[in-house]
Amino acid sequence: MQRLINRSPSRPLRIALSIIPFVLILLTYQISSGMRKAENEQDKLLPSFTEIASAIDRMALEPSKRSGEYLFWRDTQSSLSRLVKGVSIAAFIGLIVGLAAGAIPLIAAPLKPLITAVSLIPPLAILPVLFIVFGLGELSKIMLIVLGVSPFIVRDILQRTQELPREQLVKAQTLGGNSWQIILRVILPQILPRLIDAVRLSLGTAWLFLIAAEAIASTDGLGYRIFLVRRYMSMDIILPYVAWITLLAFATDWLLLQLSRFIYPWYHSEK
Amino acid sequence: MNNFIELTNISKHYGDKVVLERMTTQIAKGEFVTLVGASGCGKSTFLRLLLGTELASSGAITIEGELIEKEPSSERGIVFQKYSVFPHLNARQNVALGIEFERSVGLGRLFGAKRKDAIDIADAWLEAVGLSSSAELYPHELSGGMQQRLALAQALVKKPKILLLDEPFGALDPGIRKDMHELVLKLWQENQLTVFMVTHDLKEGFHLGSRLWVFDKRRNDPHAPNRFGSTITFDIPLNAQNATRNHQDLEAIKSEMHIVSTT
Repeated sequence: MQRLINRSPSRPLRIALSIIPFVLILLTYQISSGMRKAENEQDKLLPSFTEIASAIDRMALEPSKRSGEYLFWRDTQSSLSRLVKGVSIAAFIGLIVGLAAGAIPLIAAPLKPLITAVSLIPPLAILPVLFIVFGLGELSKIMLIVLGVSPFIVRDILQRTQELPREQLVKAQTLGGNSWQIILRVILPQILPRLIDAVRLSLGTAWLFLIAAEAIASTDGLGYRIFLVRRYMSMDIILPYVAWITLLAFATDWLLLQLSRFIYPWYHSEK
Repeated sequence: MNNFIELTNISKHYGDKVVLERMTTQIAKGEFVTLVGASGCGKSTFLRLLLGTELASSGAITIEGELIEKEPSSERGIVFQKYSVFPHLNARQNVALGIEFERSVGLGRLFGAKRKDAIDIADAWLEAVGLSSSAELYPHELSGGMQQRLALAQALVKKPKILLLDEPFGALDPGIRKDMHELVLKLWQENQLTVFMVTHDLKEGFHLGSRLWVFDKRRNDPHAPNRFGSTITFDIPLNAQNATRNHQDLEAIKSEMHIVSTT
């Protein structure tokens, strides 16, 4: 008998095993929902799958009676646009500041303590400040994402830059490179795939801040909708929205990984 | 040209720990100096002084009468045991980088005819180290030996006055190491290089060098092991024609080193 720590499932078995928990959750949900419905047909807490399907139908496939828009798609578009803008700005700041501080000790000296201090500010605590300064429009929501995510990216990129083998920088100097050339040709191209890594890791946080900002002050967006329909206990809308956000988060992560593998094959075969 | 490189009273210490002390010697152009010694004897420290990543605590190093620059520069090429090549560039780009740095100050990148020209030079060097067929491959697709060949081509494209090798073959299999020895000797002769090579393999030092330095401590205080630093205890001119003599020297040094390290 092989030891338990040496036994690993074959590929088909592994796939089957990975699906089982999801099936179990859905099954449990359906049974609980049925039990509650049997007691009270009006129950809103655990809507049946047909109710959820008709809610999706209402939100995504029929135009809203009030505005004539497809609310689900409009919410998705607004949220994704904010997320992409916020994360892109944060990634840009993270790359420039992190790279400069990581490569040039004279820039790191004044910036490092500042970055550490800024990263300790809870972004949600200064959300009111953002609303006061930037108004209640798009800008304050994007700024919240930027503020929430960029300190992490800056610190991560700074560290990755300093982790590049010292030998490479010495070698580049013996090839006659000046500081600018070495940053441009040796450091930057090696940091870009690491920036994608950092962005992937920060996406969860970015979603958190996006939904928080939308919940507090917005007129559309996935987070806004969830918090709006909560007032009517519309679980039939909240649940598919949550599933949709999860799917979007998963898809962005997967797409970024594929992009990174496609552009930087050398980076992925190094590990 | 006997005084191509001159070392005058070089010492290096970190705080109270003396690593190297009072090294004074001259090296002629075209010499192949191999540096051997027990680990921690300061041979790698000495190489870093030559490279410019560390500065001597006292004394002076000159090349052709000029003090060496205090940071790495293109007159001193280097091949490390690892991390000598850039993983994000293919073999050809790795070699061409040195030319691009030189000819494009702003971007470090050449385009059009200039790029073609740089690629031609790079390809010639790739051929010289036997990597012609691997020009498009990235370092992770190359074996350890091929990576070191690439690192050599990359360093030589700058035509450095001295070439520094820091245990370049330490991580390679014996068979591949033998091929690399032939390559290094060929490149050394064809390009009239001045080479310094650190190795922990005494035999390799004898086989490759035209001059062999053994680093060790002249004096040792058992109560204060850091008080005295290493210096060149043996400076042996090697002659390819006189292999038996070299072999006797090898045995002599082996026993000497044993005595020195046990007292």
